[in-house]
Amino acid sequence: MKTWVYIDHFKGEAVSASWEAIGVGKSFGSVTALVFGSGVESLVTAAFEFGADEVTLVEDAALADFRAETYASTLSALASVGNPDLILLPTSFRAREMAAMSAIDLNSGVLIDVTALEVKGEKITAIRPIYEGKLQERTVCAAKPQFITLRGRAFPRPAREPGRSGTINRAAAKTEALTSVEGYSASESGVSINDAGIIVAGGRGVSNNPSLGLDEKATAEKGFTLIGELASLLGGAIGASRAAVDAGYIPYSHQVGQTGKVVSPDLYIAAGISGSIQHVVGIRTAKLVIAINKDAEAPIFTVARYGVVGDLFTFLPLLTAAFKQKLGK
Amino acid sequence: MKIVVCIKQVPDSEAKVVALNGQVSWGESPLVINPFDEYAVEAGLQQRELQGGEVIAVCIGGESGKDALKHALAMGADSAILICDPALDLIDSQGAARVLAAAIQKIGLVELAIFGRQTIDTSTGLTTAQTARILGWPMLALAGSIKIEGSKASVERVIEEGKQTVSANLPAVLSVVQSIGEPRYPSFMGIRKASKAVIPSWTLAELGIAGLKAVVTRTELLNPPSRNVACEIISGSSSEEIAGSLVEKILAEKVI
Repeated sequence: MKTWVYIDHFKGEAVSASWEAIGVGKSFGSVTALVFGSGVESLVTAAFEFGADEVTLVEDAALADFRAETYASTLSALASVGNPDLILLPTSFRAREMAAMSAIDLNSGVLIDVTALEVKGEKITAIRPIYEGKLQERTVCAAKPQFITLRGRAFPRPAREPGRSGTINRAAAKTEALTSVEGYSASESGVSINDAGIIVAGGRGVSNNPSLGLDEKATAEKGFTLIGELASLLGGAIGASRAAVDAGYIPYSHQVGQTGKVVSPDLYIAAGISGSIQHVVGIRTAKLVIAINKDAEAPIFTVARYGVVGDLFTFLPLLTAAFKQKLGK
Repeated sequence: MKIVVCIKQVPDSEAKVVALNGQVSWGESPLVINPFDEYAVEAGLQQRELQGGEVIAVCIGGESGKDALKHALAMGADSAILICDPALDLIDSQGAARVLAAAIQKIGLVELAIFGRQTIDTSTGLTTAQTARILGWPMLALAGSIKIEGSKASVERVIEEGKQTVSANLPAVLSVVQSIGEPRYPSFMGIRKASKAVIPSWTLAELGIAGLKAVVTRTELLNPPSRNVACEIISGSSSEEIAGSLVEKILAEKVI
């Protein structure tokens, strides 16, 4: 099977599920990685080290900013000559947009946010969550190339082999653009909840604690500071329930659950989150869920492995201190 | 300015959705407008308030889809169109995009076509980009705010890594995210107007589409593996002790 893997990145920072996609591609045979952009040599090196046999490099100043239409046209032009059977991409907004457009160009289809693949000969069946993870479907794409985007952390990341290299083929970009990127401001630093192995998340309970004698906003600031301290100690990301996002205490990029993101961390610590179904669907694939809530009847305890009934404002600092001690940090 | 908002009807997010005899079943739960699409309607209404013009809600679906359209009308949309055809039962995102693109062309002189960022049923999040591609219009996706000046639209694109300002000439296809603002509640007058509205249904023939065939198909519907977690509540004589025990339990699971 002729397999291509698109390495998604933002300003040269790869989306790590791209490497997982190389691993999946390798299980079908040799892999050609596609690297598009400007000043992206380090991604070429990394693609080889994660297992790519060849890299098709499209380097062009016009590709410095991701724009779905130029990236899709570039991919479509390459694919109509190279005729791959399969194009794997990580599930990211960018990869989704370019696969969507390229599939239109090539009269094919996209299997999105796939968590498992079954392969018989040339036939690939993908399993993907639908209805926010309440159901799954087996799904197939009848045309070629089959575009498949892989959910982050659903597949193992291949071990990196420093110094491994291969053939680089340079190709030309399609640069006809319909949009222009005029500015960018980085989000507050920190680990993205998409890629995070550990997420510490806060909900309504973070802003609602009359015993502190603070107003709601000050309470939420204090609560998310405590959550941030634990997250940063563990090298994890900060998550939030919709209640906290809607109240404006934290940007929506942190929102877990329906209308937010579905996440798959190894460890999810939910503090002051009641556990509405809309939130719980977002953490179905988390390996270990810990719940901290004042209300012993909160539904979050029905999906957690370990629970603590208590006030997060008292408990989180103690938990952070206990981790510090045990981890020797 | 003529603004089309593309919406979908889905089972309510509270619904317990299960696979029953190979079909999706949501029990007695209602079908509602896709929650993300309410933000799209809100964005359309905001632009109408700023630019003047009209908001037309479009939905692909069965007869029940009219209820989702009535929600958009009750929020303030000016008119609604249902695209209803037995051939649409099994379409994929490419098919939906072809149909919506044809509807936008048929409506004519549309300057903005606005989508929610994805649906909560099949969640492909592909249709916006595919509709834009078929129309040959620019796509401004994941807009957290929208600014129209003359024939130019610029949006604040909200992505994982931050915010970008992206612009394009009209007509354009947009998708919006929650930062656009909470969807307004239907007003009493809006609900009255919506209840009386006669919503036209268009067939594929009326859109000049024949031989629509899905490239992506579902071969099987599965209930996810059940997750049997019995929650162990950690207890102890003091909060310090509980914190210590919890850390040991977590470390024993080797997730850190």
